[in-house]
Amino acid sequence: MSIEAREARQPWILLSPAIGAVTLLLLLPLVFIVVYSFWLRSAVGPDIVGFHFDNWQRALSDPFYRYILLNTLKIAAITTVLCAVLGYPAAYFVARSKGNKMLLLLMLMLPFWISYIIRTMSWINILGSSGALNTLLMTLGLTSEPLRMLYNEGAVILGLVHFLLPFMILNVFVSLDGIDTSLEDAANSLGATRWQAFLQVTLPLSLPGLAAGGLLCFVLAAGSYVTPLVLGGPRDAMFANLVYEAIITQLNWPLGSALSLLLLFVLGALVALYNRFLGMSQLTRGLG
Amino acid sequence: MGAVNLSDVVKRFGDFTAVHRMSLEIPEGSFLTLLGPSGCGKTTTLRMIAGLLDPSEGDIDINGRRVNDLPIHKRNLGLVFQNYALFPHKTVAENVAFGLRYRNVSRADIARRVQEALELVRLPHLASRYPAALSGGQQQRIALARAVVIEPDVLLLDEPLSALDANLREEMRVELKNIQKRIGVTSVFVTHDQSEALAMSDQVVVMSEGRIEQVGAPQEVYNTPASEFVARFLGAANILPAEARGIEGETMVLDVPGLPRLGIPRSRAPRLAGAGAARLVIRAEKLALTPVDAPADDRVSVPAMVEAVDYQGQSARYFLRIGEGENTHQVQAINMIDERPFAEGEAVSVRVRPRDCAALPLGTANGGGGSAA
Repeated sequence: MSIEAREARQPWILLSPAIGAVTLLLLLPLVFIVVYSFWLRSAVGPDIVGFHFDNWQRALSDPFYRYILLNTLKIAAITTVLCAVLGYPAAYFVARSKGNKMLLLLMLMLPFWISYIIRTMSWINILGSSGALNTLLMTLGLTSEPLRMLYNEGAVILGLVHFLLPFMILNVFVSLDGIDTSLEDAANSLGATRWQAFLQVTLPLSLPGLAAGGLLCFVLAAGSYVTPLVLGGPRDAMFANLVYEAIITQLNWPLGSALSLLLLFVLGALVALYNRFLGMSQLTRGLG
Repeated sequence: MGAVNLSDVVKRFGDFTAVHRMSLEIPEGSFLTLLGPSGCGKTTTLRMIAGLLDPSEGDIDINGRRVNDLPIHKRNLGLVFQNYALFPHKTVAENVAFGLRYRNVSRADIARRVQEALELVRLPHLASRYPAALSGGQQQRIALARAVVIEPDVLLLDEPLSALDANLREEMRVELKNIQKRIGVTSVFVTHDQSEALAMSDQVVVMSEGRIEQVGAPQEVYNTPASEFVARFLGAANILPAEARGIEGETMVLDVPGLPRLGIPRSRAPRLAGAGAARLVIRAEKLALTPVDAPADDRVSVPAMVEAVDYQGQSARYFLRIGEGENTHQVQAINMIDERPFAEGEAVSVRVRPRDCAALPLGTANGGGGSAA
């Protein structure tokens, strides 16, 4: 074999394990789900194989599903905005700190060493009727009976912000860290105050990181399943809970498939929109 | 009173003192260079004038006004950075207009002044481009336009040419100096490149380890260095141990062990008061190699042996051994090549005019140029 031919094949040889894994673990199951979504569940016996639009019709027309979908997007949007507002100053602090940035980033990553579910459950001990916060408030005499802080939309959003904030901070940090500090010096020397220099120079240059962090938070929040299950009430179900409900509880795999694909399309459209205006490279930069 | 005055300025970072009690007067409209190796405190000094660093002690005055407590955005300075620091998300015109927007300048005047500034740096056609689409030299000119368009009291240049490649650097050097002369702005230029400092400055401040070694016009610091450090830093210099014997009329008489007695003009040894231990400084390009049998002239001549030759095309650097017996010295000479370079191991005679030599008193590690305390 000639050297050129070998060199041309080399990337494919190196990529083949990854391609194999993606095909086997992601593409193939996805194809199954697509196929499944056109089948029908029968009350008795196995699912009816075929090409039926019933599941799709139900997923798209049922007002309950639409309400849950919109509510999911609303919760994801609120979570994303909160993460941005809380995360930006933290990221700015880390990026501009003269001390050990790596240590600060490590501290940011520490929560990831604890299972996400345990971190979510821990809020029950804090917000519950005999939890830390209520005990404190009652001991101080600020309230006579425990406040209902758990099992509502607020608790779900709190849990999601808790989970997603580090993703936002990391993305904004990468963006801010790449901005040359002499740009701010230059703006100051030209007559801009620190705040004006921030608004004119630093903020616009860090927007790609903010957008990447926002996208990540939104997609992860919109697809969240554990948080609403643990911290939400019966009325706070999010879309992923519907999928779970359909597949596990009702054993209606075809409908569950259609619902999960619907969420995939909505979030996929969002990612495509992001890619159209900002480009995917920013996202990979933030993750790296 | 200069346009910028530093009096007894000290800058400490923790236990480390970056600038020791420095006093300096920068005359209105002049081009002053802070020259020194990295870590000598030149950039720290510039950043203190700019307001990017606070001095630990001492006062900084700009146009007669103490600016220690004046934040950078109120100092009206033009700052040019080594890495240009253009705003990547703004067009060239927006970059140049940036400072004017904080100065109550009308929209029409902003447009006119931006245009004038771009014409000054000869890039008016690039107004609507983004910095990423410009070459390094173009970016640096835009950075200069952005700094001068606000008509600053002082223009501060932090190694503005060192990111450019060699040819462009020399071209920009001439251009930068021309622009400075045309607008007549007081300028402080920081560099570690001695040829930039000599070519551009009205005054050169040579710094080492946070102290001023010498302040003077380029020819002055080159020809009569105040210390061994200055002699070595400004080009290749031979520094030989010497003993000053005293002054005879307008001549300072020196003995270098192993070499004949030498009398140099008094003006080339301004810091030698009389007899005593001294150093003789001879620039490498002032030592001329000639064949041993060449006819005598007005120059002092000593026999020498070529120990090594560093051939550089139009010129060559020779490493020579001069002196007698135990008192030999290695010296360098840089000569243009006529026909052929001298060969390694060749016996030659090396000649120098006494007025091309300079002498220093011994122990002038920090001789000072009058302004250093």
